[in-house]
Amino acid sequence: MKDLINTLNKRILVLDGAMGTMIQRHQLEESDFRNERLRDHSKSLKGNNDLLSITRPDIIEEIHAAYFAAGADIAETNTFSSTTIAQADYGLEDFVYELNYESARIAKKVADEFTSNCPEKPRFVAGSIGPTNRTASLSPDVNDPGFRAITFEELKVAYKQQTEALIDGGVDILLVETVFDTLNAKAALFAIEEIKEFRNLKIPVMVSGTITDASGRTLSGQTTEAFLISISHMDLLSVGLNCALGASQLRPYLKVLSDKSDFLVSAHPNAGLPNEFGQYDETPEMMAAQIKEYLDEGLVNIIGGCCGTTPDHISAIAELAASYEPRKGELI
Amino acid sequence: MKPLILSGLEPLVITEHTNFVNVGERTNVTGSKRFARLIAEDKYDEALEVALDQVRGGAQILDVNMDEGMLDGKAAMIKFLNLIASEPEIARIPIMIDSSKWEIIEAGLQCVQGKGVVNSISLKGGEEEFIEQATKVKRYGAAIIIMAFDERGQADSYERRIEICERSYRILVDTIKFPPQDIIFDPNIFPVATGIESHNNNALDFFNATKWIKENLPGAKVSGGVSNVSFSFRGNNVVREAMHSAFLYHGINAGMDMGIVNAGMIEVYDEIPKDLLEHVEDVLLNRRDDATERLLAFAENVKGSGKQKVEDLSWREGAVEERLSHALVKGIIDFIDEDTEEARLKYKSPLKVIEGPLMDGMNVVGDLFGSGKMFLPQVVKSARVMKKSVAYLTPYLEEEKSSGNAKGKILLATVKGDVHDIGKNIVGVVMACNNFQIEDMGVMVPGDKILDRAQEIDADIIGLSGLITPSLDEMVSVAEEMSRRKMQTPLLIGGATTSRIHTAVKIAPKYDQTVVHVLDASKSVGVSTSLLSDRASEFGHNIKTEYEELAASHASRTEAKNYISYESAKKNGTILKKEIKIAPPKKLGLTVFEDYDLNEIRKYIDWTPFFSTWMLKGKYPAILENPTVGKEAQKLLADAMEMLDEVISSKSLKAKAVVGLFPAKRVEDDVKITYDENEFEFHFLRQQGKKAPEIPNLSLADFLQPNEPEYIGGFAVTAGIGIENLIEKYKADHDDYKEIMIKALADRLAEAFAELMHEKVRKELWGYAADEEWSNDDLIKEKYEGIRPAPGYPACPDHTEKRTLFNLLDAEKNAGIKLTESYAMYPASSVSGFYFAHPDSKYFGLGKIGKDQVENYAKRKQLKVEEVEKWLAPNLSYK
Repeated sequence: MKDLINTLNKRILVLDGAMGTMIQRHQLEESDFRNERLRDHSKSLKGNNDLLSITRPDIIEEIHAAYFAAGADIAETNTFSSTTIAQADYGLEDFVYELNYESARIAKKVADEFTSNCPEKPRFVAGSIGPTNRTASLSPDVNDPGFRAITFEELKVAYKQQTEALIDGGVDILLVETVFDTLNAKAALFAIEEIKEFRNLKIPVMVSGTITDASGRTLSGQTTEAFLISISHMDLLSVGLNCALGASQLRPYLKVLSDKSDFLVSAHPNAGLPNEFGQYDETPEMMAAQIKEYLDEGLVNIIGGCCGTTPDHISAIAELAASYEPRKGELI
Repeated sequence: MKPLILSGLEPLVITEHTNFVNVGERTNVTGSKRFARLIAEDKYDEALEVALDQVRGGAQILDVNMDEGMLDGKAAMIKFLNLIASEPEIARIPIMIDSSKWEIIEAGLQCVQGKGVVNSISLKGGEEEFIEQATKVKRYGAAIIIMAFDERGQADSYERRIEICERSYRILVDTIKFPPQDIIFDPNIFPVATGIESHNNNALDFFNATKWIKENLPGAKVSGGVSNVSFSFRGNNVVREAMHSAFLYHGINAGMDMGIVNAGMIEVYDEIPKDLLEHVEDVLLNRRDDATERLLAFAENVKGSGKQKVEDLSWREGAVEERLSHALVKGIIDFIDEDTEEARLKYKSPLKVIEGPLMDGMNVVGDLFGSGKMFLPQVVKSARVMKKSVAYLTPYLEEEKSSGNAKGKILLATVKGDVHDIGKNIVGVVMACNNFQIEDMGVMVPGDKILDRAQEIDADIIGLSGLITPSLDEMVSVAEEMSRRKMQTPLLIGGATTSRIHTAVKIAPKYDQTVVHVLDASKSVGVSTSLLSDRASEFGHNIKTEYEELAASHASRTEAKNYISYESAKKNGTILKKEIKIAPPKKLGLTVFEDYDLNEIRKYIDWTPFFSTWMLKGKYPAILENPTVGKEAQKLLADAMEMLDEVISSKSLKAKAVVGLFPAKRVEDDVKITYDENEFEFHFLRQQGKKAPEIPNLSLADFLQPNEPEYIGGFAVTAGIGIENLIEKYKADHDDYKEIMIKALADRLAEAFAELMHEKVRKELWGYAADEEWSNDDLIKEKYEGIRPAPGYPACPDHTEKRTLFNLLDAEKNAGIKLTESYAMYPASSVSGFYFAHPDSKYFGLGKIGKDQVENYAKRKQLKVEEVEKWLAPNLSYK
């Protein structure tokens, strides 16, 4: 933790890029998502990328290594959907501990290799805690707006399981990300606080919200500033924004965070908006040119990429970030 | 000291300089009989309206209390807070979770995404419980109200108040590290003038305790339930209102930050009659021994009902400028003529009315829209009010004849061969709202005419719109012509098929001045403003550079993509499963539907694209509950339903269709049909992108077995017969809203009609899936067997095939649809295409094709290669 704080005081840290985009390159089949134990699993597992940490750890390891080699300081674990809630679609609730533990372990192993090869650039692992596929503030049933498909309590329990396994697996940071419903994030933060208290543990926590479109609001309807206020009761390492928008569309909202936040500020935008085929077109150079604006304005302390970004994008971003001072913020 | 910061969907920042914060208190079962009754009777809809009234009445925080013996308070709290979360106008402000039961407070905390306030906890149950609860409140992320209450009871003197508050504060700040700015004390407001002597100092003790807290407990705030103080005067609202406002006046002076007040139950302090005020203050400040008796006696004279709830039409009392602004923002058309007339007389010049109050009002609308606080359907309604007002002024303007002071002249047109203009109309409306002068040349406008007109009126910007792919080429030609004419006018490109990449790669290089792609109506305002600002050349230069980079990177990427030869692609087509034989159609040949029942058709409407036409993003029906746009979506849908009912009952729109099913023979990538002694031949294209192993290079022709007796279908449907009259009528009324609405609805009906016909074909006319049963949702998700691809769309992007299809179906005669020179269908609300029945048939995108296929295709179609290249320009893998 001391290493992390020291580094953040000195320079802008680089978060890695998309996991899904890299996995897609491998053109995997159903069989890649199965192992001995899952051979007779009744549901189709293809597309459950988090599962690859168990069935094809070689691929996940290779992706982490590619991002570190590109200059990333922080790798995100392959656990975006590793909660009982998100895994219920695949009938893999019982695998949640293993998914998180293994993903954390793999990422940490690669990070440690890179750190020992180059101790002056220590590498870190952030446990990715996704939003799940349910919202605590919105009803999925039009005819019953008071209905909720998930409660705070259920979310808290699921996040607690995920977080404990991530910590056991060795993550350095917890990253509550792609927050589209602030109440979900509050449940995650509540769970994290309980674990920290119970284990008497200090672990830095990053939160990253998602502004869904040009209305400048989260899916659950909050403005960027209201989102920030709603999570500021926690002692966070950083607060930031990721996903849904490309770097330049994200900038005005990032500016709000940078102006108002007492925490450090992070951003990991998409490589632009998806094209008509749902693919992300922005080249590393295009994305870096937009991120340069963030850096010129001193908006961020941590920068990386979300959907559609690759090691080439991260490499362009890392190169750029190296020549800038981090945003001014207080660190304890 | 840091401010107290709260949030609902939006922030609420309370600093030392913030005026008194109003907490809405009517959503409290202990304080409002009506609300209690609504909750008890499970009338949550009406209960929500109570909340909405509070917000609209100026409440900045909403207090919710469900503490009622007969009620399951926890369940009621959860249900009501969840419902509030789905009402963005209410959820905007922070929630105060008000209960004396911790269980209810915690349940409430689990329902609010924002940072609210807990009301309240206290030392009543001892320190241990207090610490446990406060720790949880901190972890849930809320501010906290602390009652002046401890193990010994409620504080009823100045000394007890400050003793308990100080002790609570020290525990919170020192032990739990609770942020001091998030602590709010409620030092107990008790009734005065009760006749009991020990109560005489109740108000004064509160004021003094408030002062002490503010001076001695840094960061802490003070709140209280104000209506308690006047408890003894229930039934005498005149006196109660005076007491409330006098209490607040002194409370605020002492440092009170917020209070639970019925905003409708306060008199303005300065408007309290002097004698009444004196009697009230005597009581509150305990200034004389007989204060209570004197006020009671005085109260007898001033009985009255107090302030009435403000009528909805109160806005009519404002100045004419305020009324105009209100009418514009709210889209109220009822009084616009009389208000416009009044303004005209007042301003002595019709132009000054437009430039003054009308423009001011529209600027408010523009700002609200720009900041996401108004939605497009509301803006269009505002524009309708504006247009009506301007129409009223027009005859007077003619007399005065002077040039307007608009931001700039914008010429809009849908290009030659294209008839689609919903999006362009929206752009026109939004830009007119933002003070641009708009001239709209309509649809199917030849390039020369657009440019002649632009030069004639000296347009500042030209905007071209188009929906079908051939329009893209037409836009390129217009750009070329602009260069040739050495024009300097910036060119805006918009419409559904246009894209930034196409603009950068194909259009921008043809015109050396500024060319910008604008994604939607809201973008067009910003871009046009920049183009006409003094930073225009810089803006233009940046766009140019950006587009050049985009074009360059596109070029490098296209080269990298791999293509295979047409010959190899043909060998890699889909092989259909031989064992599946498609039954011959039950009814071969043409079937014509002369005037189809629109009531049937409307059941098949897919509403999601309807909302996206109006720039409301989201899937139907979920969009109706979307916290941001849900309300508007509901209104929009209601308006649409109303118009549909009207159109159907007045029979002002007519739906016609022709469907044909034929024996066919596939020869390579062509399909031959003999019908009525004539030969028809359809030509299909095949994907040429390099595929992963076992992935075929698809062509629609693949979905017929070669050298086997096969069948294919064709259809042309329209729901737009008669739409011109409706459009004329709405145009005459200056009603853009309805004009856009009818076009959007006709489009939806046409798509629905195509869906309905396809089902009819599967179940009856062809009958290969006679037993299928799908819901409308399933139909939208295309769960059925077989497809209906349309010429001009991704699987068969060649629009010219429509000619053959129309000849085969005799669609002009049978369905009343004409083809333009660009093969767009008129009326625009029409759909045509092919039917393929094989279960393996599926939709796909052709992608780019090579010169070898283009040459082969040209030969098959007996066209020149250049001609084919022109029609297929977006699909060429080469330059």
